[in-house]
Amino acid sequence: MTPHRRRNAALTVAGALAFAVLVSAPSLWEAALRPLFPQLRDVLMPRDTLATFVLQHLALVGISSGLTIVVGVPLGIWVTRVGGRDFRPFVVAATDLGQTFPPVAVLALAMPVLGFGFWPTIVALFIYGLFPVVSGTIAGIESVPAPVVDAARGMGMSPTQVLFRAELPLAARMILSGIRTSMAINIGTATVGAAIGTGGLGVPIIGGLAVQNMAYVLEGALPAALLAVLADAMLAQVEAAVTVRSD
Amino acid sequence: MIRLEGVTRRYGEKTAVDELSFEVAEGEVCVLIGPSGCGKTTTLRMINRLIEPTGGRILIEGRDIMSLPVEELRRGLGYVIQSIGLFPHLTVAGNISVVPRLLGWDKARMAARADELLRLVGLPPEAYRDKYPRQLSGGEAQRVGVARALAADPPVLLMDEPFGAVDPLNRERLQTEFARIQRELRKTVIFVTHDIDEAIRLADKIAIMRDGKLQQFASPEELLNHPANKFVHDFVGADRALKRLVRVKVSDVMRSPATVFANAGEIGFREAAGRRRFTYVLEPDGRLLGWIDTHDLDQGLSAEEAITLVDAGEASVGPDTSLRDALSRMLGLGFRSIAVTDDGCRLIGEVTFSSVEAAMAEGDEHIAAPAEADAG
Ligand SMILES: Nc1ncnc2c1ncn2[C@@H]1O[C@H](COP(=O)(O)OP(=O)(O)OP(=O)(O)O)[C@@H](O)[C@H]1O
Ligand SMILES: [Mg+2]
Repeated sequence: MTPHRRRNAALTVAGALAFAVLVSAPSLWEAALRPLFPQLRDVLMPRDTLATFVLQHLALVGISSGLTIVVGVPLGIWVTRVGGRDFRPFVVAATDLGQTFPPVAVLALAMPVLGFGFWPTIVALFIYGLFPVVSGTIAGIESVPAPVVDAARGMGMSPTQVLFRAELPLAARMILSGIRTSMAINIGTATVGAAIGTGGLGVPIIGGLAVQNMAYVLEGALPAALLAVLADAMLAQVEAAVTVRSD
Repeated sequence: MIRLEGVTRRYGEKTAVDELSFEVAEGEVCVLIGPSGCGKTTTLRMINRLIEPTGGRILIEGRDIMSLPVEELRRGLGYVIQSIGLFPHLTVAGNISVVPRLLGWDKARMAARADELLRLVGLPPEAYRDKYPRQLSGGEAQRVGVARALAADPPVLLMDEPFGAVDPLNRERLQTEFARIQRELRKTVIFVTHDIDEAIRLADKIAIMRDGKLQQFASPEELLNHPANKFVHDFVGADRALKRLVRVKVSDVMRSPATVFANAGEIGFREAAGRRRFTYVLEPDGRLLGWIDTHDLDQGLSAEEAITLVDAGEASVGPDTSLRDALSRMLGLGFRSIAVTDDGCRLIGEVTFSSVEAAMAEGDEHIAAPAEADAG
């Protein structure tokens, strides 16, 4: 590990700790928001603590992104194998289509089908987040130089060994950047989920907009933004750890 | 050792390899050569089953390759691909250890083997083992590619234009090193190239192909002296006499020169000079110091004045040098003969222009006939 990377990793951990302290100390938020909105009766939404909103949000994002990765990466790999190659055009077309939809539209379309609540939101987030992961995986595997795969097969690697010892290590960076994109989208989109009753940081945002309480909006939006930045920084660490050293 | 029997590969209408048959004996280097698209790579890749033949069979040590588990087959066939294909995410040592790792060697053994192979291909392990492929020059990467193919000591090497991506100067160095390594390891090698000079230099047997069909399968000498048809004749080129010299080593034609020790004194010099016009002057330990021209002595120069000192590295060749290289050195220096020295710069013989001429002429009487017979 280079000193540079060690410093970045330390910064990320420090950021995560600071975030945890911040969201679990309502008095800090109170103190920060109160002077900005002296005319408001409440600057924190009384329905739940901020920590609860954050945890609900993390659960939404964690579960949906986890599903996205667990399904998206193998799906991307499968359509680059001999057996799944025929489905590649279909999957890629679906990828393109999916990415042209705004996230809110996906939720709006999902609602009549899936109804209200936590799991429908998870499914909607999963479907929307799937596309960047699948396309990142396909692009990553297809970016592996053909001679490398050729050499790997020629040296007597089985198809599984070719995948795990040559293709995936070289595709890892692009796969991870697909996951980063997907997770950033998920953290933002999950706030919209509050509209269909899933909880999370969307609750104070949507609630605040409804009652015209900008302090509530900030209570939801600021932690969501910080969360997105933190998640991205963490994945950047992972990316740096798996990235091919080439210089 | 490796036997192709009527091997054919079709792509739709196109026949990339057509009824190809030849046999390579153990320890031999067989060079596959021919114009671009003639089916060399296809042939090579059918041997390690990266391409399945549409007809015929391939036997290795008498066993049909289709009867072997494909991964096992490939691990016994070291493969150097045209575009090298080093793994960018692994170090040089990691790349060399790919097959040993598949075979489950322990770490210490893999590391020792990687170092050994780096030394063999002329890359100091301390400087190279931890580098990444992108830090290597084309020539260095080629060497690592060869080392990787040799890692698990496979009896057979399949090499697809292994020196293709290298400039002519380094290419020649790599060829020389390959010849040295092959003398040591005695692998059975199938080597693809489209460079006839490379083929003549390295091959025990040359398989020359055109449009998927074998044109001639013969030793380089045979190919040069008796081209089977006009295509082979033209492919080999007009300078066959010169190419023949590539196959002759200096040690094959050198003769013992006239010599005198530098400390022999005036009398000794004059006595030695009585025998031949040019006499080599040696240090007491046999190292080449220079030469004297007896004409200079006759014109009254003292022995000391008559000595032309030479740099033994510049003005001599080794016994394993090809006659063609010796000839170009002679021409470059403007001499009609050149000294042959061993590793320690000690004089062991000389090669004269007339012996080069004699080697060029050998087999010449055969050249014209088959070419003309096929010319229509
Ligand atoms: N997958 C394929 N599909 C169709 N035709 C192919 C395929 N692979 C090779 N060919 C054709 O087969 C012929 C032989 O190809 P091959 O790669 O063996 O040539 P080569 O002798 O190695 O040429 P080069 O010196 O350019 O490397 C060529 O005409 C090529 O176009
Ligand atoms: Mg080729």
